[in-house]
Amino acid sequence: MNTIQLTIQAVTPGPDPSIVDLALAPAPWKPKPGQFVMLRPANFGQELTWGRPFSIYRCDEAGLRVVFQVIGRGTERLAALRPGDAVTVWGPLGRGFQTKPETPTLFLAGGIGLAAFGLFAEEPFRLPHAQLLFGHRLPLTAYPIYHEMAQRIPCEAMRQTSSADIEAFSEELSRRIKALGPEGLVLCCGPTPMLRAVARLCLEHGVPGQVSLENRMGCGVGVCLGCVATTASGERVQTCVHGPVFDVRALTWD
Amino acid sequence: MDTTVHLPGLTLKNPIIPASGTFGYGLEFARYGDLRRLGAICVKGLSLKPREGNPMPRIAETPCGMLNSIGLQNVGVDVFLQKKLPFLPPEVPIIANLYAQSPEEFAELAGILGAKERIAALEVNVSCPNVRLGGVQFGQDPEALHTVTRAVVAAAQGKPVIVKLSPNVTDITAMARAAEAAGATMLSLINTLTGMAVDIRTRAPRLATGTGGLSGPAIKPVALRMVHAVCRAVSIPVIGMGGIVSAEDVLEFILVGASAVQVGTASFMRPDRVFSLVDEVQALAEDLGISAWEEFRGTLKETPR
Ligand SMILES: Cc1cc2nc3c(=O)[nH]c(=O)nc-3n(C[C@H](O)[C@H](O)[C@H](O)COP(=O)(O)OP(=O)(O)OC[C@H]3O[C@@H](n4cnc5c(N)ncnc54)[C@H](O)[C@@H]3O)c2cc1C
Ligand SMILES: Cc1cc2nc3c(=O)[nH]c(=O)nc-3n(C[C@H](O)[C@H](O)[C@H](O)COP(=O)(O)O)c2cc1C
Ligand code: FES
Repeated sequence: MNTIQLTIQAVTPGPDPSIVDLALAPAPWKPKPGQFVMLRPANFGQELTWGRPFSIYRCDEAGLRVVFQVIGRGTERLAALRPGDAVTVWGPLGRGFQTKPETPTLFLAGGIGLAAFGLFAEEPFRLPHAQLLFGHRLPLTAYPIYHEMAQRIPCEAMRQTSSADIEAFSEELSRRIKALGPEGLVLCCGPTPMLRAVARLCLEHGVPGQVSLENRMGCGVGVCLGCVATTASGERVQTCVHGPVFDVRALTWD
Repeated sequence: MDTTVHLPGLTLKNPIIPASGTFGYGLEFARYGDLRRLGAICVKGLSLKPREGNPMPRIAETPCGMLNSIGLQNVGVDVFLQKKLPFLPPEVPIIANLYAQSPEEFAELAGILGAKERIAALEVNVSCPNVRLGGVQFGQDPEALHTVTRAVVAAAQGKPVIVKLSPNVTDITAMARAAEAAGATMLSLINTLTGMAVDIRTRAPRLATGTGGLSGPAIKPVALRMVHAVCRAVSIPVIGMGGIVSAEDVLEFILVGASAVQVGTASFMRPDRVFSLVDEVQALAEDLGISAWEEFRGTLKETPR
C-alpha cells in the first residue's frame, strides 16, 4: 500500500554537515513537484512519536531522495542513519504545485526550501519558461543540490548574512514579482516570513502565486488536525492534505 | 484462533479498534489498509454543529508521546452523516464518538446518531480536557457523569452506549461505577492525561492553550493500572486504551481485563499500524496457546512470579 519500508542507500552530509542528502531505495511512486513524504526511521524507537515531513527532491529508478537541514532530534537521528538502515516511508502526500508549461514561472526558494523544487529539474515536470531565485544564509557551497538544479533550471542565488542583505533580497523579490506581472506565476517555498512577504507581494501586484507551508505535522494523513492553516474564508484545513501548497489567495495572511 | 469479541449489542471480528481523533472519519486510511479488517472504527468526536477547535499550535511531541489541544475540531454531525458515513464499508462496525456541552445536547446528538442503522454504537466523550464549560468537566464529577450517561442511554434508540472515562480524576473507579449505575453498556478508558510542555528559550508554552492531553507509550503504565482497577470495579465490559503500539501491549490490556482495545497515537507512528496489529495480535495469541479470548481475559495473577 502507501506505507513502505525503504533501506538507506547513502547519507551524504554536504560541505556544511548540517545539510544532509538522504538517498533511499526506489519507491514505486510517481510524485508531483511540491508533494512530500513522511519518514520515520527505526532509530526513532518509541521515544520520537511522529514521522517527519520532507519534500521529495527526486523519485526515480535510482531511488527516493530528500535533502534536509539538521535542526532537532528527528533530523539528528536521520543524519545518523547508515546504509542498510530501515526507514518507514508514507506518501506521496499532499497537493503539489499547479503549473502550466507556457506560463513564465518564478521559483522562489529560501534555504532548504530549495529541495521542494527538485522535481522541476526532471521530466516530465521541466518548465520551459522557469527561473529560480534562491535566498540563503549558509554559503552557497552548503547546497550541492543548487548546483545540480542549476544545470537544468536557470538559477540565481543571493546570500543573506546581514540585515542589509535581507533588505536587498526583499527588494529583489518585490522587483521580480512586479516584473513578472499577472500573466506569470510565482511558486515559493522557504521560511514563514519569506512566504508571508511573497504572498503579500503577489496579492499586491495581482500576480498568481502558490506557497508551500512547512507546518509542524503529526500524522501527514489529515487526521491529527495539528497542521491546520486558516483559509481566507476562515475555515481550518489540514496542510498535509489540502496543502502543503496553497494559492496565496486561499489563505489569510494576518 | 477465533479472534471474535462478543460485546453486548456489538460483535467485533477482532479486538482492534482505531481510537477516536486518531483515525479521522476512517476514509482517510482507506489507502493504507483494508478498513473491513478492523474490529470496528471509532470516528473523530462529533458535535451537533461543526467546530473549528483551538488556536495553533495545538500539537507538541514529548518523549514517548505527544500533547494535543485540538479542541474537537470536527465537521459536525450533519456533514458526517451525509459525506462520510455512506462511504465507509458496511462490513466494519462504526462507533460514533459524541461530544456536547450539556446533557440536552448529548441527548440530541445521541438521538440523531442512534437512529442511523450504520452506527453500531455510541461512545460518549465526557473527558476531553481541551474543552471546558462552567469549570467542571462531566468526566470529573460522578453526579454529572451519571446525568449525561442517563441522557445518552435514554436517547440512544437501543444502541450500545460506551462511556469513555477521563484519567484526570482522583478515583477512576468511582466514575466507572457512576456510569455503570446510569446504564452504560460498556466503558472505554483512558482518554488523554492533562499535561504541559514549555520552551525555555521563548519562555512560552508549546501549545497555544497552555495545557493539552498526553497520549502515546508514555501513558501506558497509567492506562494499564486504571483499566485493571476499573475491570474489577464494574461488571460491564471495558475497552482499554492508552499507549498501545504493539501486539504485546494489546495482550497486556486484555490480561488485566479489557475485552477489546483502541489504538490511537500509534497510527501517527505509521498509518498502517492498526492493520498490521490485527495480524500480529492473532499470531501472538496463538503463540501463547490462546484459543479464545475468554481463556485469557482478566487472568492476571495477583502476585509477581
Ligand atoms: C511539507 C513539508 C516539507 C518539508 N520539507 C523539508 C525539506 O525538504 N527539507 C528540510 O530540511 N525540512 C523540510 N521540512 C521541515 C522538516 O520537516 C522539519 O525541519 C523537521 O520535521 C524537524 O524535525 P526535528 O525533529 O529535527 O526538529 P524538532 O526537534 O521537532 O524541532 C526543532 C525545532 O524546530 C521547531 N520546528 C520543528 N518543526 C517545525 C515546523 N514545521 N515549523 C516550525 N517550527 C518547527 C521546533 O519547535 C523546535 O524548536 C518540511 C516540512 C513540511 C511540513
Ligand atoms: C490528536 C488526538 C485527538 C483526539 N481526539 C479525540 C476525540 O475527538 N474524542 C475522544 O474521545 N478522544 C480523542 N483522543 C483521545 C484518544 O482517543 C485516546 O483516548 C488517547 O489518545 C489515548 O490513546 P493512545 O495513547 O493510544 O493515543 C484524541 C487523541 C489525540 C492524540
Ligand atoms: S499532520 Fe496530522 S492532520 Fe496534517
